[in-house]
Amino acid sequence: MTAIDTPSTKNVGITRLRKEDAHLITGQTNWTDNLQLTGMLHVALVRSPMAHAKVTSVDVSAALDQPGVVAAFTGADLADNWAAGLPCAWPVTPDMVSPTHLPIATDEVRYVGDAVAVVVAQSKYQAADAVEFVEVEYEPLPAVVNMEAAIADGSPLADTTLETNKSFTWQKIDGEIDDAFDGAAHITTRRFVNQRLIPTAIEPRSVVCSPPREHAEYTMWSTTQVPHILRLMLALTCGVPEQELRVIAPDVGGGFGSKLNVYAEEALLLVLARKLRKPVKWTETRSEGYQATCHGRDQVQDLSIAFNEDHTIRGLKVELLADMGAYLQLVTPGVPILGAFMFNSIYKMDALSFTCHGIFTNKTPTDAYRGAGRPEATYGIERLIDEAANELGVEPFELREKNWIKHEEFPYTTIAGIEYDSGNYEAATARAKELFDYDGLRAEQVERRASGDPVQLGIGISTFTEMCGLAPSRVLGSLSYGAGGWEHASVRMLPSGKAEVVTGTSPHGQGHVTSWSQIASDALGVPYEDIEVRHGDTAIAHKGMDTYGSRSLVVGGYAVQVACDKVIAKARKVAAHLLEAAEDDLEFDGGTFSVKGSPDVSTTIQDISLAVFAAHDYPEDMEPSLDSDATVDPENFSYPHGTHLCATEVDTETGEVTIRKYVAVDDIGKVINPQIVEGQIHGGLAQGIAQALWEEAVYDEQGNLKTGSLLDYYVPSAADMPHFDLDRTETPATTNPLGVKGVGEAGTIASTPAVINAVVDALRPMGVNDVLMPASPSNVWNAIQAASAGNTDGGAA
Amino acid sequence: MIPATFEYVRPSSIDEAVAALAEHGDEAKLLAGGHSLLPLMKLRLAAPEVVIDLGRVDGLRGVSEVGDGRLAIGAMTPHYKVMADPLIREHCGVLADVTAKVGDAQVRHRGTIGGALAHGDSAGDLPAVLLALGGSVIAQGPGGTREIEAADFFVDYLTTALSDDELVTEVRVPKLVGDWGWRYEKFSRVAQAWAIVGALGMVKRSNGHIEEARVGLTNMGTRPVRCTATEDAIRGQSPDAIEDAAAHASDGTSPSSDLNATAEFRQHLARVLTKRALTAAVG
Repeated sequence: MTAIDTPSTKNVGITRLRKEDAHLITGQTNWTDNLQLTGMLHVALVRSPMAHAKVTSVDVSAALDQPGVVAAFTGADLADNWAAGLPCAWPVTPDMVSPTHLPIATDEVRYVGDAVAVVVAQSKYQAADAVEFVEVEYEPLPAVVNMEAAIADGSPLADTTLETNKSFTWQKIDGEIDDAFDGAAHITTRRFVNQRLIPTAIEPRSVVCSPPREHAEYTMWSTTQVPHILRLMLALTCGVPEQELRVIAPDVGGGFGSKLNVYAEEALLLVLARKLRKPVKWTETRSEGYQATCHGRDQVQDLSIAFNEDHTIRGLKVELLADMGAYLQLVTPGVPILGAFMFNSIYKMDALSFTCHGIFTNKTPTDAYRGAGRPEATYGIERLIDEAANELGVEPFELREKNWIKHEEFPYTTIAGIEYDSGNYEAATARAKELFDYDGLRAEQVERRASGDPVQLGIGISTFTEMCGLAPSRVLGSLSYGAGGWEHASVRMLPSGKAEVVTGTSPHGQGHVTSWSQIASDALGVPYEDIEVRHGDTAIAHKGMDTYGSRSLVVGGYAVQVACDKVIAKARKVAAHLLEAAEDDLEFDGGTFSVKGSPDVSTTIQDISLAVFAAHDYPEDMEPSLDSDATVDPENFSYPHGTHLCATEVDTETGEVTIRKYVAVDDIGKVINPQIVEGQIHGGLAQGIAQALWEEAVYDEQGNLKTGSLLDYYVPSAADMPHFDLDRTETPATTNPLGVKGVGEAGTIASTPAVINAVVDALRPMGVNDVLMPASPSNVWNAIQAASAGNTDGGAA
Repeated sequence: MIPATFEYVRPSSIDEAVAALAEHGDEAKLLAGGHSLLPLMKLRLAAPEVVIDLGRVDGLRGVSEVGDGRLAIGAMTPHYKVMADPLIREHCGVLADVTAKVGDAQVRHRGTIGGALAHGDSAGDLPAVLLALGGSVIAQGPGGTREIEAADFFVDYLTTALSDDELVTEVRVPKLVGDWGWRYEKFSRVAQAWAIVGALGMVKRSNGHIEEARVGLTNMGTRPVRCTATEDAIRGQSPDAIEDAAAHASDGTSPSSDLNATAEFRQHLARVLTKRALTAAVG
């Protein structure tokens, strides 16, 4: 893909200790909440304790009398400050219903946590105390909590200004679906529930906004994954000219999609900075964040798969209810429809029918959460394949292998109409089975079943792929996504021969600084230590599409490579000029240009940088600059894949599930930094396993969040995790010059069905065919009790 | 996570602490390790007007022999000191072992035995062990000191027999004599969560028989539970009697239903865990 010689690899593909860690682990961090500005005021919000109510009066006068209180506003006080409601950038259908979403509600609150007033004080303690003096009168309305009830005739409305609880119905049918099911030899039908989750980034959300002072611009620091998108959207929401707003994402401690948004508090702080002419800060508490930061997942899936006599798949029908929560946030409706391209997964079939209904409820809005639509789809298809294998009486691997795309068939256009560029499911599966001792564990399982051991062994399989690296802008446009998927990078050679790399992606734990340094070091021939990576500030990285959907490396890293290539192309011109040689006669390796056959006639990138800075002698047909900009827009998504195997011990007396062995063989193409990749897989596995075994956001019938703190919402710790046996196969991507695929979400997507398939496999002899997630002792025990009473679906139906 | 405003008092002696309690009465809360009180205050579920910090009070830490076959443990002795104390390990190892399952390492370094018991939470691990051991607490108030048996100390959910003007100064446990074995089966969702149900089984072994047994249950009601029916059913029996006896472990309990377990499931778990604890205790 590049016009220059391929430099010898010195950094790419080896573990480099992360450049970020020295400052992160020694407390030299720059978290948003650490920021102190002169005269800064502190903001606290008054939030609705009711899931759905008319707001009949809000009185802030008593709060204004409290010590240190500078201002207090109701929703009505601020209503004129919004140029628009908070944005949803993914109108999936032309007739999608989207409620107006003001940062501070005025007449009606629609979930517990919806803000109704704001207090501004000199300290955060004073602000928190004063919140209790804001008097709000509510007139309760019926809460809509359950999706099926929400669309039943006569249901109360989650938003009384709308005429329906259904936001949209999105449908895509590929192939002749009726033909596929008519005359099928076997049809397996299941309902699966993919429960609501709370992302729980380790750093809570925090926003600081400073009004224009010495410069004519507002500056916002936010714990965001998307400073560039935030800048544009806040400009539109608050009516601030885009060029007068600078957004900085300083050190950000995790996001997992929950910081891929434009939040009420971000818009609110910009407006407060404008009204009060003072810097303002807001930081959520953990329990506040559990209500006011987007949740993830929450789907009910009705699935049917049709087979031929020879067990090849004819077709798949998918019908989803997807819980939007009370409002559509930035990409809320787009998350479940990604399933239209993912339910078919690695399997060949003649027809696919996908229908998704987006439903409003009086709950916290959902949005992207690590995997965003693909974990739900992967869970559905991998569970369904296991259930079908059981009904057909075949080994679950045999059914998979019969139907998956063979390695020689790539590139392969799937039934959903997208082209998988590369993959080798056979290789990843063979390696996983070997690492796992698949046959040995199956033999032990037979023995344990025969002996009636109260602790049964189960084996779970997940052969997954996913689409990530949100890139092809034209494809995103065809899906009505509100933005493109390109990415930008610049490289600036400094006079001293050091290099600055500017990236439009904005890390929040991924290690961009390290990986980008490795790419640039090899491409430029500049030592790894001499490269500084800059990011996350719209005044420094002036354009970017930010970080989500495992896109940073496959799009942003690609852009860095191209920007480096452009610098080297310029440097080659200069080198040829200085060495009095033809460009074609120069070799470039390790930062040195030399004349072919005369290696002593050479110059280095550092010397060239100084020469171009001095500009005393450079080619006449170029500017004296070694800087470059690159904006890349890959033509396809990225399709990592892998085979994950999980062995669980299930205590049939207590319902306790213990993971005994977990093997993950992932194929993410070429690797820049193996240790960072391993960390991504480990974290992804932890989050996917957490969905399978521990985490669930639970609401009661009145719409109260019952799992409102870390006391009740079980985020596992390292002590709860099993050992992970990891390996990789390497099938390079053909869609970027680095050959890399996305890895940020792979572990999360793959692991959830592997674990639940293992739990169900352990209990199958007891008649259990499904266990509700999380597979808590209670849910497992209930499934066993129900099966002994003749009900085998674990409670899903 | 910002508590409401409160006044802070830091006495340096038990007498000063008693005086401060007498002055502020039910408007005051005692601060020991703080791992129950401070989260409640930060969530504004508790908003005491006065917090009396016992952290600098002399004479509330350490373990000694009382002389009547019992050990005395200062109320402000942190969990990690209880776990490591040579007297406790020699004479009442079950207390050290159960304490090792309280919370996580941070909690065990800040939390105290007196604080954990005075909080009166039946989901905590220590009330059940104190009850099973037949231990007691020494309380001090304006009128002097009194000893309260564990069986009388735990009154209701988060409620003990302490008066508003009393504080726990000491915890007393018997020195175990004979060939005792024990196991605490703590059943929780994640490594550092509260017990959904906990079952402590203790047996005194003699010639292949169970001479005496103690069974204490965590989180099976508003108070810790001692299962005398199970204890009685295996006293003097061979270990073969455990299974049938454990089937009575939930008799008379009325546990709550919550997100982790229904009352029915809790009772089932209590029976299974009691069987496992006693079986392991026999060795």
